[in-house]
Amino acid sequence: MNVVKMNNVEIQKKISFTDFLSKYGLIVGFIILFVVMAFLSPVFLTKVNLINILRQVAVNGIISVGMTFAIISAGIDLSVGAVLAFSGLIMVMTQGQGAVVALLAALLSGVLWGFVNGMFITKGKVQPFVVTMASMTLVQGVTLMVSGGHPITLKNPTLLRLGSDYLGPIPILVVVFAIVIILGWVLLSKTSFGRYTYAIGTSESASKLAGIKIDRIKILIYTLCGAMAALAGVILTSRLSSASPIAGAGYELDAIAAVAIGGASLAGGEGKMVGTLFGVLIVGVITNGLVLLDVNVYIQQIIKGIIILVAVLIGNRK
Amino acid sequence: MGAALLTISNISKRFSGVQALGGVDFNLYAGEVHALVGENGAGKSTLMKVIAGVHQPDTGRIVIDEKEVNFSNTDDSQKAGISMIYQELNLINTISIAGNIFLNREFKHGIFLNEKRMNEEAKKSLDQIGVKLDPRVKVSRLSMAQKQLVEIAKAISMEAKIIIMDEPTSSLTEGEKKYLFDIIAALKKKGVGIIYISHDLDDVFKLADRITVLRDGCTVTSSSTDSTNKASVINQMVGRELNQIYDFQTNVKPKVLLEVDGLSNKELLKDISFSVREGEILGIAGLVGAGRTELAYHLYGLMKPEVGMIKLRSKVVSIDSPSKAMSLGIGLVPEDRKDMGLFLNMPIQTNVSMSNLKSIRRGGLMHSKLERNKALQYIKDFKIRTSGPEKKVVELSGGNQQKVVLARTVDTKPQLLIFDEPTRGVDVGAKSEIYKLMYKLASTGVAIIMISSELPEVLGVCDRILVMRGGTIAGELSREEANSELVMQYATGQK
Repeated sequence: MNVVKMNNVEIQKKISFTDFLSKYGLIVGFIILFVVMAFLSPVFLTKVNLINILRQVAVNGIISVGMTFAIISAGIDLSVGAVLAFSGLIMVMTQGQGAVVALLAALLSGVLWGFVNGMFITKGKVQPFVVTMASMTLVQGVTLMVSGGHPITLKNPTLLRLGSDYLGPIPILVVVFAIVIILGWVLLSKTSFGRYTYAIGTSESASKLAGIKIDRIKILIYTLCGAMAALAGVILTSRLSSASPIAGAGYELDAIAAVAIGGASLAGGEGKMVGTLFGVLIVGVITNGLVLLDVNVYIQQIIKGIIILVAVLIGNRK
Repeated sequence: MGAALLTISNISKRFSGVQALGGVDFNLYAGEVHALVGENGAGKSTLMKVIAGVHQPDTGRIVIDEKEVNFSNTDDSQKAGISMIYQELNLINTISIAGNIFLNREFKHGIFLNEKRMNEEAKKSLDQIGVKLDPRVKVSRLSMAQKQLVEIAKAISMEAKIIIMDEPTSSLTEGEKKYLFDIIAALKKKGVGIIYISHDLDDVFKLADRITVLRDGCTVTSSSTDSTNKASVINQMVGRELNQIYDFQTNVKPKVLLEVDGLSNKELLKDISFSVREGEILGIAGLVGAGRTELAYHLYGLMKPEVGMIKLRSKVVSIDSPSKAMSLGIGLVPEDRKDMGLFLNMPIQTNVSMSNLKSIRRGGLMHSKLERNKALQYIKDFKIRTSGPEKKVVELSGGNQQKVVLARTVDTKPQLLIFDEPTRGVDVGAKSEIYKLMYKLASTGVAIIMISSELPEVLGVCDRILVMRGGTIAGELSREEANSELVMQYATGQK
């Protein structure tokens, strides 16, 4: 009897440790990173720098919210960077029609590309990786063609305020990011849409049998990805006060990295919005810290790569 | 007889709280067929996986050729001369026969594959069992029976001393079966020891030299075939009278719920017509490939008929998707529980609520408390054995997994419930609980269609039985006139 009891206690202990690691490992990692940076750089902990970090992560953060849905559904969206640049371009091109029109046009353009992605993935039955890789190239091409390859300046004062103004001490774009991540969290963990996203990523055949309208959910997921990319494009354009046709390059990878660091599995079915938030923050703090420490740009990339690998390795220790 | 080829003693194995094996003894001599029989869930597969090195036992010894062995993977067991042929087979469809036979032990020229030598050697192995197949042919082009033969050729090419066959005849025709038995006889002559797992007692009594019965993870008896008979083996397998398991109740009401008229789809279904009444349990028997599962898929919107009409309560309906089927009050508990029925890596509560999320929503948002309470209710009502609703379904036993699928389906309040092989891989206790749940649903007017390959179950539970063959309904039998001979005659085309 005693032996059995002992075993049970041991098993319980083991479970709680792995549980702890999988639940809080990310937060602990973030805190360690934060403390290390604070020690290494005197500037890091200043209010200006902290707000700066938040401002820098807002764009990647918003894209990552959409990407979280795609990845949990066992899909991916490689076109988000290209869509970001495209919708920025749409905004500056329509800025003469007034801020509201320009904003809506930009967002709508992202929604449209996302919807098209979703249609090809579901009705065309092509894998998301391939569809969104093709549309990434295509959208990039369209953006370069329309813009003639040059950045276009944003002059509309209302739109410019979006990227530079503050709400109290906090930049508006950080507020937007906060709202997006909260809404994303609600959508993912509290609504049927979120639950079906997990279900599809866990087992498509079981989802079908359970009566889930898989095509509809997937189209919604990629439309959401497009919309988030467009919103990120609006914010980036406003912050830089110009739309560059190559502004989105690499954002898809940053977003995937943030979601993966946040504990989502690219095989689908796993991931959390809080994880994505910390993934985004970790990437942001590393980038910021390395710049503050004046680390060589090339070495910055190497360190970033290593940290992504380590984070994902720890996340897999379940 | 000399020393045993294989002796295992006191093997036990636990999986997350379930005792799958509790101290099993078993041995095998060269040149004998030793049959292992038992109900689903009795521990046969686990025992074989322990012998093949897939699982490591918690206690006990495995001795081969008088040497104790400890397998940490299948590679080890293969090196010791053990070859296992799984029921679902283990071949890679997209590569050739030879490629499969030499998978993971390829012949090479430097870094390149030596296809020529592999083809020659594969041919030799195939020849040894008299199989005329071109080793260059891709496995995807073979029938189930041919695949089985390729597995045997693979075992021969590994010079296996012990071959484990798990339900090798489950998808073979009579002719193919005879051929397989001839090959088994030839293997015996060569001194190979064969562990033969089967549900089919006729086959077992034809083939085996000895029979061991497992029940609930323990050896019940081990006796030579001459000194026992089918009736006593069945008794030992089940451990109780059959009547007690089925405990038949009828609830048929006069109103017709479902009418199917002239349903056809290419070669799969041909002119299927039948009806089901409220509260009726209609059994569909037949061999594998008779079109039973396809019929279920047509009724649940997973496949579309070319011609034919489906009426629910006298109204013509078109069922073009599972979500449509659900909204019409049709539920399906599928045959392939793990792939189609369940979200294995999700908790019980998530699985239970998945088809009816609106019942756990308030103001558009899901409430975890409502979800949990719903799951707790089903855990209680369906006697699902678990430490709590948060437990992942993958950790449950087959019977409890089936109850989870059933709970999710019942939660959509179906009027017609289709069960496809409801008790496959389910232990006896859970079986009788599932039947009780069926009777309970039927008593509330739910019509039930039960597809099953287990004849005793069809005969024991159903009000009426349809027998399918080759996509048609070959016969219809009332509970009173049905018996296993009659059903098999219809199923095999002798009537």
